[in-house]
Amino acid sequence: MTTKTTRRQTLIAAASLALPAAPAYAQKKYGPGASDTEIKLGQTMPYSGPASAYGTIGKTHQAYFKMLNEAGGINGRKINLISLDDGYSPPKTVEQVRKLVEQDEVLALFQTLGTPSNTAIHKYVNAKKVPHLFLATGATKWSDPKNFPWTLGFNLSYQAEGQIYARYLLKNKPNAKIGILFQNDDFGKDVLKGVEDGLGAAGAKLVVAKVSYEVTDPTVDSQILTLQGSGADTFINITTPKFGAQAVRKAWDSGWKPLHIINNVSASVGSVLTPAGLDKSVGLLTLQYYKDPNDPQWKDDPNMLEWRAFMGRYYRDGDPKDASNLYAYITAQTLVHVLKACGNDLTRENVMKQAASIKALKLPLMLPGMTLNTSPSDYFLVKQGQLAKFTGTQWQGFGEVLSTGA
Amino acid sequence: MKPPSSLRSLPPEGAVRQQPGEAGSVAGSSVRKIGALALLIALACVLPFVVSNYRVFQFTLVLVYAIALLGLNMLTGYNGQISLGHGAFYAIGAYTAAILMDKFGVPYWLTLPIAGVVCAVVGFLFGLPALRLEGLYLSLATFALGVALPQILKYKGIEHWTGGAQGIVITKPEAPEWSGLSQDQWLYFVALAVMLLMFWLGWNLLRGRIGRAMVAIRDQPTAARAMGVDSAMVKSMTFGVSAMYTGVAGALGAIAIQFVAPDSFTIFLSISLVVGIVIGGLASISGAIWGALFIQFIPNVADEISKAAPWAIYGLFLIGFMYVMPTGVAGFIRIALARWRRRRVP
Repeated sequence: MTTKTTRRQTLIAAASLALPAAPAYAQKKYGPGASDTEIKLGQTMPYSGPASAYGTIGKTHQAYFKMLNEAGGINGRKINLISLDDGYSPPKTVEQVRKLVEQDEVLALFQTLGTPSNTAIHKYVNAKKVPHLFLATGATKWSDPKNFPWTLGFNLSYQAEGQIYARYLLKNKPNAKIGILFQNDDFGKDVLKGVEDGLGAAGAKLVVAKVSYEVTDPTVDSQILTLQGSGADTFINITTPKFGAQAVRKAWDSGWKPLHIINNVSASVGSVLTPAGLDKSVGLLTLQYYKDPNDPQWKDDPNMLEWRAFMGRYYRDGDPKDASNLYAYITAQTLVHVLKACGNDLTRENVMKQAASIKALKLPLMLPGMTLNTSPSDYFLVKQGQLAKFTGTQWQGFGEVLSTGA
Repeated sequence: MKPPSSLRSLPPEGAVRQQPGEAGSVAGSSVRKIGALALLIALACVLPFVVSNYRVFQFTLVLVYAIALLGLNMLTGYNGQISLGHGAFYAIGAYTAAILMDKFGVPYWLTLPIAGVVCAVVGFLFGLPALRLEGLYLSLATFALGVALPQILKYKGIEHWTGGAQGIVITKPEAPEWSGLSQDQWLYFVALAVMLLMFWLGWNLLRGRIGRAMVAIRDQPTAARAMGVDSAMVKSMTFGVSAMYTGVAGALGAIAIQFVAPDSFTIFLSISLVVGIVIGGLASISGAIWGALFIQFIPNVADEISKAAPWAIYGLFLIGFMYVMPTGVAGFIRIALARWRRRRVP
């Protein structure tokens, strides 16, 4: 027993002699959740409940970080993403986020999903000064650095989308007579505000009719007829999927056939255009900001192939046709960019500082020509997009990348 | 239509206490009971000082659910009326508190009794016509209420009050200076005080004349009517009181969560409450606490066991509990204690 201990002590002594003195790194600084070996992050995802289709985003994140960790992580630190189910229920989000912040002590929150869920934790995370990064929702309120400096969204905001439509029309159809249909809630008004801001005072007279509907309305048929009767030749369709499909069908069946812009929320081929009738959807315009996995022009794109290979290798259960998986891949890359920029200063303050100073970041699966930018006074990460036209089978991007120009 | 027999399998606590032959030990056992109760309350008071704020927050939710479960248990356990829509009353209570605090600047503690009154009135009025339906038909009517309410909350006519789909963010009450407590600890004690008050009221109600009438209607409706119990009135009252409890719980829950939105009160909440009373023990006051612990913690445990199928694990827990404790946790404990005593006194 004594010999053993002695031998071990000797070995340790020898080993410590053999080791060179640790190099004096530029001082490492760690906040909660960060160490020499690990960066701990947290998120809530609707793995169950009404929005469970989006749960695949969290699974893609896990797969992506698994790949990253196998390749050595970020500066030797492995990413540990704790992803908890909130069932799209705000009280559950509050509870889970409190667990992540107070018990698991994560460095930052990443891609918490859903507008109501994020609203529920908005105040809390800002009071706790936890980076609340790249929220998976399009509401414009996530960019409010003055009042909520710790919250920074990801998606192209609804207002930005509306602005881009307006700018496109001002440039390409300056004599348009615009009719607008919008859903009468925060989402619809957000997009509408963007359109009106984009048109400006001069363009406001182009709008000849503006009608709204309620989510409780059975159809939007009468609204479409009102717009048609107003003499509009351009239709901005600000709707959620069910009403989007109704509007596309009615605008065609009534013989109106305007230049028809449908917002991105309702641009799904499967859930909107197919029920509306693919033949009736030909020529629709919408806005995209990342590559559509179903768009044939990206079929042989090397970055798309790389993503497909990733899906095949790390996330076999995931559907390579589901754009959510591609979206999740991009958001994970954005986060990795921020963490790399942090270097050895992995404090919450520095994470937020780096997230708010992204300069001209290009990501392979964003549309070519697009860059991501933030600054301490501008938390809108994605400010650009490209219009796409529906060919009858899929969306096809065209023209240059447009920006809000803000 | 008779209530399902399972509802009757468990005698109410009052009945157990008054079993003949135990008369001699009643005094001793009630001293023991008061002692045990005091010990439990003391433990509950120490709890927030030994666990983290996050856990304190979770236990606050347990207290909140316990109040709601006691309310539902009055209706289902004691009176034999199944409600699958109590989440609606929880939501009404929560929204009442949120709107009062957000739009009118009412202090948070004052919103609790107001929420209770609002829910009692709504529950009573809903109960008047709905209670003409019995058993499963009533449960479907309440289910309709539970399903409909989240959508009604989004209705534009009341949107300037409810905030529509976006809900209402409310400010968490600060602990008063003299207490020296954190916000979470303070809220926990508020919830604990409210819960003790509500349980004390409930205990008095259930073991008195009205409680006996409720149980009589559940077990022998015809005989109860023959004895002069105004069945419709007692049922509607029970519905009102039950809704009041759930509404107070909803208001407390909203204050703890600091946010209300239609998505917070889906039908799953109503189902969870039913799960809570069955797991905790029907027609049992202490069962409300066990049930609350279950619905608060088991989904988290299930999520930790399996990310892929947390609800399948949750289902296994449910089946396991029902198999091992068919009369709920409270019933199981009661039976276990009775056996232990019998063995101790040969």
